[in-house]
Amino acid sequence: MGQSVNYLGLIPLFPLLGAVFIGLLHIFSSKSRVKISEKFYGILACVGPVLSFILALKVFIALKALPVDGRALTHKVFVWFSVGELHIDMGFLADPLSCLMLLFVTLIGSLIHVYSIGYMSGDGNYGKFFAYMNLFLGSMLVLVLGDSPVVMFVGWEGVGLCSYLLISFYSEDRSNVLAGNKAFIVNRIGDLGFVLGMAFLFWAIGASGFDFLSLKAHAGSLTPAVALAVCLLLFVGATGKSAQIPLYVWLPDAMAGPTPVSALIHAATMVTAGVYMVARFSFIYANVELAGDIIAWVGISTALLAAIFGMFQDDIKKVLAYSTVSQLGYMFAGVGVAAYSAGIFHVFTHAFFKALLFLGAGSVIYALHHQQNIWKMGGLKEKMPKTYLTMVIGALALSGCPPFSGFFSKDEILYSALATGHWGIWMVGVLVAGMTAYYTFRMIFVVFHGTPRDQEAYDHAHESPAVMTVPLIILAVGALFAGFLNLPAIFGGSQMVSHWLAPSLTEHHPHASLFVEFIAIGASVAAFAIGIKIAYSKFGQGAPEPVFKGFAEFAYHKFYVDELYHAIIVQPYKAIGSIIWKTIEPNVTDSPVKAASKFYMAIGTAFKVFQVGYVRIYAIYMIVGLSLMSLFLSQSLN
Amino acid sequence: MIDNYLFLSIALFCLGIVGVIARRNVFTVFMSIELMLNAANLAFVAFSRFHESMDGHVLAMMVMAVAAAEAALALAVVILLHKHKSKLDTNVFSLLKG
Repeated sequence: MGQSVNYLGLIPLFPLLGAVFIGLLHIFSSKSRVKISEKFYGILACVGPVLSFILALKVFIALKALPVDGRALTHKVFVWFSVGELHIDMGFLADPLSCLMLLFVTLIGSLIHVYSIGYMSGDGNYGKFFAYMNLFLGSMLVLVLGDSPVVMFVGWEGVGLCSYLLISFYSEDRSNVLAGNKAFIVNRIGDLGFVLGMAFLFWAIGASGFDFLSLKAHAGSLTPAVALAVCLLLFVGATGKSAQIPLYVWLPDAMAGPTPVSALIHAATMVTAGVYMVARFSFIYANVELAGDIIAWVGISTALLAAIFGMFQDDIKKVLAYSTVSQLGYMFAGVGVAAYSAGIFHVFTHAFFKALLFLGAGSVIYALHHQQNIWKMGGLKEKMPKTYLTMVIGALALSGCPPFSGFFSKDEILYSALATGHWGIWMVGVLVAGMTAYYTFRMIFVVFHGTPRDQEAYDHAHESPAVMTVPLIILAVGALFAGFLNLPAIFGGSQMVSHWLAPSLTEHHPHASLFVEFIAIGASVAAFAIGIKIAYSKFGQGAPEPVFKGFAEFAYHKFYVDELYHAIIVQPYKAIGSIIWKTIEPNVTDSPVKAASKFYMAIGTAFKVFQVGYVRIYAIYMIVGLSLMSLFLSQSLN
Repeated sequence: MIDNYLFLSIALFCLGIVGVIARRNVFTVFMSIELMLNAANLAFVAFSRFHESMDGHVLAMMVMAVAAAEAALALAVVILLHKHKSKLDTNVFSLLKG
């Protein structure tokens, strides 16, 4: 199955090697106080991602040359472990699905690395930052390319680790460290689901090979109950990584990290992993309608909840964070109604415009010397024209304005929901589309329009250097045109991305009348127009900082979900921990351990008398010992 | 005939043992060890003649080579010991006492 090539393994290897090298260099320079220039670090950091991107293009060209049904490249690097029936290779698989992920992950990852050269300049831990960033990208590439759930899990854990390291990057501040811990622990809960799902899958059909291609071949022999369990357990993993209800709480807090990290987490790596995983397992999910419905409803509920939170945030990065959670909700709604290509296509376009928005927000934050409160900004469009223009493009794409990329992908999902008869999901989705337009443009209007709210900060604001604006412009081009890659037939397109992905996915394209398609498009556009209209009338001419009351205050505090989790999960956990620590441990578990150590100490004391310290006494021991051995040998010989 | 050689070998070996155990000067201990090695060599050579085989000779040569290497090392150790405590009494060096 699949053509074997020998360069797939290099794609994750380049950034991983970069991480090791930069990390060692950083340790060396901080130990020996040899100053290594930021430029050198920056160039070194960009080499790995760019090389990976070039190889990704090579993979794409190689795949395109193959016949549609046989489009898969494999590379078995070595046998990782082989125990009984479980035989796992460190192997990589590039099929159309992973190739698409590969292309945009490496492209956007490279751009974010370039941007970071400017954004992070002057930071004392420049080297450490880039080592983690490279590691992050490398882990994500392992996740995308892994040819079995186990290899995928390596990358899965790798991105979890790197998100922890990067979220708590400014570790002088305790709240940042707590945010990192939260991300790590919440992800751990999800990972438990993923591991259990994998174990179930192995138990059911793992005997004849545990890589994706063999699993796909044997997926038919799963009993419905086992398939449902596998689907739901794997989805628990996805809710952790991709920030869905109930495990979405870590993503907004992840804003504690440097802004390029947020861009990397939200656009290219990490959060897209869950959607990718569901699409990867589409051969199981497609057969279990119940699991699909649950996923779709969880997704659309998350979209709604996050959109409500997003409308009332005053931190520019938190607005974007909730928009990501909300868009991820759409993606899950898409894969939930078995429109896997639509979900993945939204991942693809979202990567462009969300990276663009985050990097644009980073540019604003950089210009205002780490001011993130939108109510301290205003009127910045004259000062930062490039940032303004690119961010407006990103915002239009996010809100689903035709013909920007977000419109096509979001519309594809909503249309699929409608065409498969999921009316409820469609209606909530349209509502959320309107809310998205509202909160996105609320942010744009407050930050860039009106009059400056903080005159001093405004006077010092300046456009960012080219190393930061050029990635913005490239991403803006992507955000503008990426949608045309999957132009639906109604606009005269041929859905290139869906056709490209078709061999990797198990999906049935719903057929609905032209009328339904028009309803879907019309409703999306209307929702967008209403949302932007309300935002303009409230914030277009500059507005004072609002005082949140009633429901708004409730939403501003995110429905107190964090506090609720804290009260019902964290606190009892801590209480149990302290009981064990203070009562059970000293009284119950410690005593046998201590008794054992006392026993060995007594033996040691008894034998101490032989250790006299004089060489000649040891010589006597040797002679006596040797004599006894000789005696024994001669006895046994006779 | 071989008995005489073996008796001499045993006698030399016992002298060596007594030297190692009873004497306190590092050099004397060291020379006693050499004595024991040579006692073993003598036995090897004697058996070699007796069995009319060259194996024993080979081993004797080996022992001599090893003894030479060991002497170089041991003398270096003795110098270090002397630098450390300015004495060559083995009873002074009893750090391993439990």
